[in-house]
Amino acid sequence: MNDSLILKQVRIQLENRCLVGVDQIISPGDVFTVMGPSGSGKSTLLAYVAGFLSPTFQAEGEIWLGNRDITHLPAESRGVGLLFQDPLLFPHLSVAGNLGFGLPQHTPNKAECIERALEQINLSGFGNRDPATLSGGQKSRVALMRLLLSKPCAVLLDEPFSKLDTTLRREMRDLVFSQLREAGLPSLLVTHDQEDAQAAGGPLIEL
Amino acid sequence: MLVRLAPAITMTLLVGPVMAGLAMMLLPAFGYLPVLGGETLSLAPWRELFAQPGLWRSVWVSFSTGLVTTIVSLSIVVLFLAAASGSRLDRAIRRLVSPLLSIPHAATAFGLAFLIAPSGLISRFISPALTGWERPPDLLIVNDAWGLALMAGLVLKEIPFLLLMSLAALPQLNPEQRVMMARSLGYRPTIAWFKAVLPALYPLIRLPVYAVIAYASSVVDMAMILGPTLPSTLSVSVLQWFHDPDLTRRFMASAGAVLQLGVTLAALATWWGLETLVHRSMQHWIERGNRRGGELPLRIAGRGLILLTTLTAFAAIGGLALFSFAGFWRFPEALPQDFVVVHWLRALPSLQSPLLTTAAIACASTLLALVLVLATLENEYRRQILPSRALWLLYLPLIVPQIAFLFGLVVAAESLGIRPQLGLVVAGHLLFVLPYLYLSLAEAYRRLDPRWFQLSRTLGVSRLRTFFQVRLPLLLAPILTAVAVGLAISIGQYLPTQLLGGGRVTTITTEAVSLAAGGNRRLIGVWALVQAVLPLIGFMLAIGLPRLLWANRSGMRGAP
Repeated sequence: MNDSLILKQVRIQLENRCLVGVDQIISPGDVFTVMGPSGSGKSTLLAYVAGFLSPTFQAEGEIWLGNRDITHLPAESRGVGLLFQDPLLFPHLSVAGNLGFGLPQHTPNKAECIERALEQINLSGFGNRDPATLSGGQKSRVALMRLLLSKPCAVLLDEPFSKLDTTLRREMRDLVFSQLREAGLPSLLVTHDQEDAQAAGGPLIEL
Repeated sequence: MLVRLAPAITMTLLVGPVMAGLAMMLLPAFGYLPVLGGETLSLAPWRELFAQPGLWRSVWVSFSTGLVTTIVSLSIVVLFLAAASGSRLDRAIRRLVSPLLSIPHAATAFGLAFLIAPSGLISRFISPALTGWERPPDLLIVNDAWGLALMAGLVLKEIPFLLLMSLAALPQLNPEQRVMMARSLGYRPTIAWFKAVLPALYPLIRLPVYAVIAYASSVVDMAMILGPTLPSTLSVSVLQWFHDPDLTRRFMASAGAVLQLGVTLAALATWWGLETLVHRSMQHWIERGNRRGGELPLRIAGRGLILLTTLTAFAAIGGLALFSFAGFWRFPEALPQDFVVVHWLRALPSLQSPLLTTAAIACASTLLALVLVLATLENEYRRQILPSRALWLLYLPLIVPQIAFLFGLVVAAESLGIRPQLGLVVAGHLLFVLPYLYLSLAEAYRRLDPRWFQLSRTLGVSRLRTFFQVRLPLLLAPILTAVAVGLAISIGQYLPTQLLGGGRVTTITTEAVSLAAGGNRRLIGVWALVQAVLPLIGFMLAIGLPRLLWANRSGMRGAP
């Protein structure tokens, strides 16, 4: 069983103006949604949880994964995965290289693991392809699978569907949320899209 | 660890030697150099210096060369940028910037001399039909007393430099949008550029402009080839005094070096005054709201002048090639009667060792500079600090005249027990390679989307692995270009090699420049052509290697 992602009295300030204040326990398999217009500081919240907060902001509060305080850990040791607006497949690696990039270093049978992952997203045989030749939907699926292969303990979603067209958006939404639920990961979604929030189905706050 | 300390190490390496060199120049200039028996401070070196015949003429030529070169090159670059509209010609010129920049000063100077000399290519092409000359006229075109040939040579080299710096600075200004906005208010395109883009561009290229002034007012190798003689430019005179067998002349030479620093500073101050003046009248011109007056002449000048200088630069290199293969060649004939390889065969054995030395020094200094620059930029990124304040320190070795601190540096090194040698030459080249490498890489480094690295780390990959597996591959093309620039800068260095190597470290450049006095054009053609082609190899690799490596990765072409 996975741990919960716990945001304890998190407050982020910019020049003494409070941008975000959150106090929330996100259970495994749940998606907690933070809604707000652009510039409201929701991406800043993600940066703080992921470990990239720019020093211009002042943040207080703690972030826990189960009984582990990760507030001061470097980003790579937090076990917090991130899905961006863009798929951001590394252009210098093949599709398989991208999937393998996130695999924990001592994974046995990496190649087999990658091949199975490709099958899971209906892209068997795409391993050697140049990521630039994939369609938008295929790229998003590879990005999601790369995230899952890195075995995160929690996932952050930064408006991951906003750049997709309507039909693709619905498809990706279903895929992402079902995969996260299946993996039992606590997730934090920031978005300005009402439909995203509904599909996520978890607790919600608006900024 | 290295990353944390990198900015400090870089700055120390740049500022330390310049300061030490200046100090060890100032002391002898006032008579203090115990090694040569100068134990007390005195003004004797200055009295001796001012008694030198033709001193003020030298000073004036150096001063005016600095200013005229900068005014002409900057005007041509600005006019071109204003008139450029993305046509095929414009794009071709933009692409030629890097290779032109990579041609060493000495090679350009020789090439230009071969073009414009009384018996040079131009005179041959127009004789006797237009001039009636049956033998080379007795005119002092190269080495003219006013330094005009020197200025012309410098202009050919400084245009690519200023153009490259401007092209690097422009994207952050959104020039297309500014011009579009001004055009929608009724301004003609070129006028729109002058009024809406130039005032924002100039502050961004001010430091490179100052570097051009400083360089042009104190250049040594080009002045030895194209500059006036008897008296020569101040920098060349100072070099001659330093090399005088009479060691007591060292004191006067030091005073001369300090005077050179003063001349360069005076040129910079004058420029600063001109800048204020031009700024005011520009302001006035902008506010008056003139929308079309002068559009056509500006447009023609913008295209024409840059075309002329680019063609001249290429013709100069072509001239080198022609002379290096020329057999018997009577004066008014445009081409030699036959082409021979004997000059090359004769030069080949003596080329080998300087070639190896040149390559070793260039590779060592560029590699050192690359490690320091990457570590400095990575530190900047990790700590999210803005670099603007320390930037002028980077320009210190480019703005303080070489001749004003390199001799002092040799003295300083000797007092630490370090004799002139290969290692010292590499350290000296680093002073000039490092700033250029930093300048050509910094923009690409900062522009790269930070999400790549955030993504990599959220996938559990450490900062170090992220640097090697994401940062370096994504930046491969700009890094290779920066390396090519670094190699080119090192290959072209004359004075640091000559002085810090104690005259015993011979490179292609020192050999080529030393041939200037001999006047054997075919031999000069061979050496100068080798000097010109050497940096091009680096640029060819920088362009070709990424294409080869990323043949199957279309996302890596052109992109980040």
